Amino acid sequence: MLYAILCYDSEDVVSAWSKEEDAAVMAKLAVVHQKLAAAGRLGPVARLLPTTAATTVRKGREALVLDGPFAETKEQLLGFYIVDCADLDQAIETAQELSRASSTSGAYELRPIGYFVPGSAPG
Amino acid sequence: MSELAWIEAALTAARPRVVSALLRYFRDLDTAEEAFQDASLRALGTWPVNGPPRDPTGWLILVGRNRGIDVRRRQARQAPLPEEDHLSNLDDAEAPLAERLDQADYRDDVLRLLFICCHPELPANQQIALALRIVSGLGVARIARAFLVSEAAMEQRITRAKARVAAAAVPFETPGAPERAERLGAVAAILYLIFNEGYSAGAAEPERAGLCDEAIRLARLLLRLFPAEPEIMGLAALFLLQRARAAARFDAAGEVVLLEAQDRRLWNPQMIAEGLALIDKAMRHRRAGAYQVQAAIAALHARAARPEETDWAQIEQLYAALERLQPSPVITLNRAVAVLQLHGPAAALAMIEPLAPRLSGYFHYFGVKGALLRKLGRTEEARTAFGQAIALAGSAAEAAHIRQHLDQLTQESPPSRQGERTG
Repeated sequence: MLYAILCYDSEDVVSAWSKEEDAAVMAKLAVVHQKLAAAGRLGPVARLLPTTAATTVRKGREALVLDGPFAETKEQLLGFYIVDCADLDQAIETAQELSRASSTSGAYELRPIGYFVPGSAPG
Repeated sequence: MSELAWIEAALTAARPRVVSALLRYFRDLDTAEEAFQDASLRALGTWPVNGPPRDPTGWLILVGRNRGIDVRRRQARQAPLPEEDHLSNLDDAEAPLAERLDQADYRDDVLRLLFICCHPELPANQQIALALRIVSGLGVARIARAFLVSEAAMEQRITRAKARVAAAAVPFETPGAPERAERLGAVAAILYLIFNEGYSAGAAEPERAGLCDEAIRLARLLLRLFPAEPEIMGLAALFLLQRARAAARFDAAGEVVLLEAQDRRLWNPQMIAEGLALIDKAMRHRRAGAYQVQAAIAALHARAARPEETDWAQIEQLYAALERLQPSPVITLNRAVAVLQLHGPAAALAMIEPLAPRLSGYFHYFGVKGALLRKLGRTEEARTAFGQAIALAGSAAEAAHIRQHLDQLTQESPPSRQGERTG
């Protein structure tokens, strides 16, 4: 079974880390990544840029583009994509295309990725 | 990260929102600051034992308010007790309080706190010192080091600034849309000043350069409170894109390395990615502003993997747009640097010559003029311009940089006697 492990933490605190503190955490994580990769268990790893860089696309007859992260609590995270986009416009277009698959009222939060390891776990 | 370091980071992160909420309650800066100090001390005592609260900001506001009320009560025994005496029971009160304090409250509170520091009667250096002390919570000693003045002088500067703003009486009602926009503009300007203060630091002044990071932190905070303001996105993007070059801006000897000579592998890719994402977002609003245009220029430099790949035509257009938004001879001077790349030194020189009366005291004007004259082979005039630049240099590094040009010039063609007299 593939598991997605979603990371939550205080953005204020994490962004206040010094470069050295940040590098120390990343180095400790890299040890875990290597172990998982050696066992063929590591899928993609992504560290997202801050929520201030986020844009949200609200599903609907006409998809609504909002600045900032997804902030509602009445919907739950059900899945995610990692898509290579030339710019934000293309990312929004892609989200709108995906949104046409169902008529439910959810949203897509678009977050640029700052750090990415593709991984190689069997699908 | 040790527990203590975590708590300190959480306190620093929460400070602008907590102090600004406490200012709304107490309507007095000193009381708000002291209440925050008290709450922080309690956090240092309580959080390691009970674990950090789920909402550190809400916790600190509640405790700070409680302490502030205690102090007020002691100061004025005659005053009636506040109605909300439930404050003594933290666990019950924390959740509803946090709920009441939604983003909208924080938004106007933080804006008000920053706006107070932008009081027009305060000179810019007092505005910056006050913002760093009150909003960022930097110690007086730290701010004094950043400004290269004694701690006592900085203490005095801050005290004086505080007394001035206390007399100014900023209204506490929720601002209307025009007031909010006006405040946001003034606050953006002070963040810009803080950033520039840090950006102008030399290689051996890491404390001062750290002001750039503080400006970035405050810009991100503003952006979270005002997520749909393209100029705030532009401001944050500009800071990130400029700060991303920090490691490449000085050589091992501490000399300035110009953009085209910088080792671009030293640029911080994370900051560039964040800056580019923000400027992308801002542009979608189609509401141009000076910060966005400056960020867009920085973005074009950041996107060029090598200096030869720089899109000078677009940069020249953006400077022209910036001239229209914010007419200034300094912007024209920058535009001329792009014109040099596109159309050569003669065109660039023709563009900057009319600026002479307005920029006669500006170091960079003579630096650029000298470089253009040198490219045109007008050696003696170049020497004169470089001489004027050195006389106006604001730092040893700036003067040293021009002296390099002069030395190269001397190697190319030794000065004539006439040149010596005019230089």
